[in-house]
Amino acid sequence: MGIKIKSMQYEDFKDNETLELLNKSGGNVLLSTIDDIVNWGRSNSIWPLTFATSCCGIEMMAAGAPRHDFARFGVEVYRASPRQADVIVVAGTIVHKMSPVLKRLYDQMADPKYVIAMGACAISGGPFYYNSYSVVRGVDQIIPVDVFIPGCPPRPEALLYGLLQLQRKIKGERNLSGAKKPDLHSEEKTT
Amino acid sequence: MQEEIIKNIILGEEEDYLINVGPQHPSTHGVLRFEVSLQGETIKKVVPHCGYIHRGIEKMCERDTYPQIIHLTDRMDYLSAHMNNEAVCLCVEKAMEVEVPERVTHVRTMLDELTRIASHQLWWCAMGMDMGALTTFFYGLRDREHILDIFEESFGTRLIQSVNTPGGLMQDIHPGFQKRVKEFISYFRKKLPEYDQLLTDNVIFRERSEGIAPLSREDAIQYGVTGPSGRASGFSCDVRKSEPYGIYKKLNFKEILRTEGDTLARYKVRIGEMYESMNILEQLVDNIPEGDYTAKMKAVLRLPVGEFFQRVETSRGELGVYIVSDGNKTPYRVKFRAPNFSNLFVISKLAPGYKIADLIAISGSLDLVIPDIDR
Repeated sequence: MGIKIKSMQYEDFKDNETLELLNKSGGNVLLSTIDDIVNWGRSNSIWPLTFATSCCGIEMMAAGAPRHDFARFGVEVYRASPRQADVIVVAGTIVHKMSPVLKRLYDQMADPKYVIAMGACAISGGPFYYNSYSVVRGVDQIIPVDVFIPGCPPRPEALLYGLLQLQRKIKGERNLSGAKKPDLHSEEKTT
Repeated sequence: MQEEIIKNIILGEEEDYLINVGPQHPSTHGVLRFEVSLQGETIKKVVPHCGYIHRGIEKMCERDTYPQIIHLTDRMDYLSAHMNNEAVCLCVEKAMEVEVPERVTHVRTMLDELTRIASHQLWWCAMGMDMGALTTFFYGLRDREHILDIFEESFGTRLIQSVNTPGGLMQDIHPGFQKRVKEFISYFRKKLPEYDQLLTDNVIFRERSEGIAPLSREDAIQYGVTGPSGRASGFSCDVRKSEPYGIYKKLNFKEILRTEGDTLARYKVRIGEMYESMNILEQLVDNIPEGDYTAKMKAVLRLPVGEFFQRVETSRGELGVYIVSDGNKTPYRVKFRAPNFSNLFVISKLAPGYKIADLIAISGSLDLVIPDIDR
């Protein structure tokens, strides 16, 4: 078993153990069914915020363009306002002057909200990790990140893979049924 | 009395009504902030605030060796990444008095022009989108992928190639390069007239761009507006013509000049440059000389003591690289004369008197790339 995503086979994901543990928390039959339906809806329409600071933004645009077209996966349209967006794709370097703005954008988004750190700069500062006096070493110092996508800049296919991983993560969420946290470090393996 | 004052304030007659455009705004193409004072809907004053993506590249260059600097210049103006690389390489080669093989200059010029077309295509998408025409986004990026395929086949990367190195190229071009470029030219010759049909002759687009924010030639020179934005005002500033580098001396091409200087003229210059770049590519594609793809260089590069300057024409204007060397393997000081920096600040001259909606069209026609402004 696993989390079903129509456009990508279960075997195609590289890590098939960690996320599925989220699904194993058990819970009420009725409530977990409602959860599944809610998660199905949420994961199939994640709209990103138009937020690009540098080069990765161009690849993000290319991912929305005809060749790669991520509207296929429910990432239908870019929203210019954080109030209407579900996911913020941090595409590019964040410097100290920009960090309060990014925090405010994240705070303005409505729950449930997700963050994708796209590119080396957003993950760790990337090429500006050493010797730069103004770059934030990774956006996870400011806001919580769900998916990291490495690359400088990552290809649009990498962004698509990251978005599918995010969908998978959303599908494993438990909102109503059982707040029991899975023990990710236990020896027990998933079936 | 008090009611009247409040009424006036609401109508914006008593005081300036201040609004912020940005730093997160889709039409600023990045993280730029405009502080706009309005009277009603008319702009009184525009103050651009930059620094939201200042990464300290110039300071970082002082601690890096010369081949390392090249990878930082990519990330400045990422849409003309190849030209930025080339500027540093030419400066280092000039200082070390290295003779690069003919094949290198030839291929570099071809990559320049391919990058220029790709950059102008993306500008065309963004300009249309700023003015509410979403279809341009799909048309432009559809054709742009063909150029990125050429880059990908030869160098393995799409947007930022980092293929230049002092003395030549990192790797040779793919055997299929010539064929791919020819295919692209014949494909894009058919597609480019579509751009004109779709946007240039559109009535709404015309109304919003014709006669909007004209920039006179004197102002363009005073503000240092270069590139297509400057050439639209009749300022002949093409470095490829005035101070030819690479193989541009031997080529036969026109410098696109217009005299109106308004938003439409800036648009038309870029469309014309796409045609002209294809002409240049056609002259080059058939006779790529054989030879090495790099000159013999030392393992550690040391520049002689002195000051060196080289300028190139990027797709947005004139990029100058100024290196001060004290004889070490790292430079003493590096300064980039970025085209977007001077192109941006002319907006506080252009925009006042026009409507707030025109600000978006004006900044779109200047084709700004923000990391190049802040560096």
